[in-house]
Amino acid sequence: MTEPLLRVRDLKTYFVTEHGSGTARAVDGVSFEVYPGETLGLVGESGCGKTVTSLSILRLIPEPPGHIRPGSFIEFEGRNLLTLAPRELRAIRGNRIAMIFQEPMTSLNPVFTVGDQIAEAAIVHQGLSRRRARARAVEMLKLVGIPDPAERVDHYPHQMSGGMRQRVMIAMALVCHPKLLIADEPTTALDVTIQAQILELLDRLQRDLGMAVMLITHDLGVVAGTADRVVVMYAGEVVEQAATGELFARPLHPYTEGLMASVPRIDTRVSQVRGRLHSIPGQVPAATAWPAGCRFHPRCPYAWDRCRQEAPPPLDAGAGEPGAHTVRCWLLTEPQRRSARA
Amino acid sequence: MTAGTWLALAGALVLAFALAAETRRAAAGPAGRRFFRHPTAAPGLVVLAFFVTLALAAPLIAPYPSYLQLDPVHLANQPPSGRFLLGTDPLSRDVWSRLVYGARFSLGIGSLAMLVAVSVGAAVGAVAGYFRRWVDALLMRLVDVGLAIPRVFVLLVVVALWDRVSLPVLVLLIGLTGWFGTSRLVRAEVLSLREREFVVAARALGGGSARVILRHVLPNAAAPIIVSAALGIGSVMLLEAGLSFLGIGVPSPKPSWGNMIADGQDRLAAAPWTSLFPGLAISLVVMALNAVGDALRDALDPHKEAA
Repeated sequence: MTEPLLRVRDLKTYFVTEHGSGTARAVDGVSFEVYPGETLGLVGESGCGKTVTSLSILRLIPEPPGHIRPGSFIEFEGRNLLTLAPRELRAIRGNRIAMIFQEPMTSLNPVFTVGDQIAEAAIVHQGLSRRRARARAVEMLKLVGIPDPAERVDHYPHQMSGGMRQRVMIAMALVCHPKLLIADEPTTALDVTIQAQILELLDRLQRDLGMAVMLITHDLGVVAGTADRVVVMYAGEVVEQAATGELFARPLHPYTEGLMASVPRIDTRVSQVRGRLHSIPGQVPAATAWPAGCRFHPRCPYAWDRCRQEAPPPLDAGAGEPGAHTVRCWLLTEPQRRSARA
Repeated sequence: MTAGTWLALAGALVLAFALAAETRRAAAGPAGRRFFRHPTAAPGLVVLAFFVTLALAAPLIAPYPSYLQLDPVHLANQPPSGRFLLGTDPLSRDVWSRLVYGARFSLGIGSLAMLVAVSVGAAVGAVAGYFRRWVDALLMRLVDVGLAIPRVFVLLVVVALWDRVSLPVLVLLIGLTGWFGTSRLVRAEVLSLREREFVVAARALGGGSARVILRHVLPNAAAPIIVSAALGIGSVMLLEAGLSFLGIGVPSPKPSWGNMIADGQDRLAAAPWTSLFPGLAISLVVMALNAVGDALRDALDPHKEAA
């Protein structure tokens, strides 16, 4: 088996709340791996720690109020990112690991041309001259499918549409050919048609450049189409992770089940869903006070006493190799309870 | 006044109007329109352009050297006339010539001192706002102390200690005692800018702190900095005039509008022109600066877009 490119072990990122009254455990013991060249989908509702996880990897958590707990471990290409000196860390950011953000409208600096901004990473990391960097920016704009790149390179962000700006963001991120691209909800702010284009673009670039992509999204449809493996997060924890095909064929965690049932399907007859789209009752609890026991139990249709008292560890679902499909749910130990409900 | 100096004066006036008109034509965008919607913006610009032209072209416009005592016996305290446009002072120097050369000192000291103040203020504010924590606490307490000490008092003490201060030192003194307000303003701006996504994105691209501050944070805070500088030059000029009036600013015989007022104070009733015209010049320029500063604020403030 190949070595993972990125290995996150027991990542805990906590935030001290404003009044010092509590600690928000936004990410609480998350572990997963990203292998070279693959696409990993990171899925969950708002507020379950996806973005904090990705920011933690590049150590962009605002400190204070946030901090990554000792004992957390983020290994990239054999080095622990959490112990790197700021200089070494900067050499990785934008160069080996790049990130694109959710809001193309606000993630570009309004006072510089897009060419300047794309060129910046090349100047910082590769020491290109202004002129070479500019040529590089034109090249990148062409690569991400922007028409008239030689002209567009001198445009300001406000002269571009949302989809174009997201393409520019992608061009910025890919200037140095990173090994890992973290895409934090790259399509959430875009129209559906543009979404598909951007995802296709990411897919093509990933194959061409041979990089791994960590795709963060709340949209299972996006994951199904693009990811090789999926990590489902809930309340700061990984509740289920498996290969995409396996996960969609056999979702074992009630939360994953709920998420899948909440996606409108074009091939489901209206009568089967009784005319209404399924929704998971309740909301993600506040990160300052996760429920005791299994964190999903207040919203879980199967919950019983054990769920309220004991937090389940990641259990192996026994699909192929050990660890290929893990689930944090006691149902795995008592599968008859699931069938009794159904 | 010779024909040549009259011509030069007329030329300066024409140039001032032309500059204002050209600015208006060039600033055709929405910000430019907001700027010129201010009724006082265009006149303010004309006044400023006029005095800046005077300062730059002083040797062409002034009929006499600024320090020349024409005839202390017969030509002292002459009223304004065709020969002496604004009269002469008690030492028989031509007030108009001194006013023209004084523009160099007054405007020059005002803008240079403001440049010092804005640079230091922007640097301190950006560092405090960007790094926060103890850096911020330390710098802002320093600013609190700076704001609590009366500025004129500090300047008086320094002058008392060193007797005579040279002009560069005077500029530095005024600048280094005037950056506190700017630093607070810039800090507030930076505090909100540093949370913006493009700043996080710049850091995610591997930009170091200096790079992120200089390229991504400060340029986005340019508007309030420019406005505070424009409004600040006026107060710095008043301060310089005050110091020069007290005899601790620009040393005589170098003309500054402040020490020109002082020159005429003994004979204010008999020969008011010596003090009146430099006073008018100061008031005009400061009013113009305030008008332009106000208009700039409206033009550069994006929240006014809808108005």
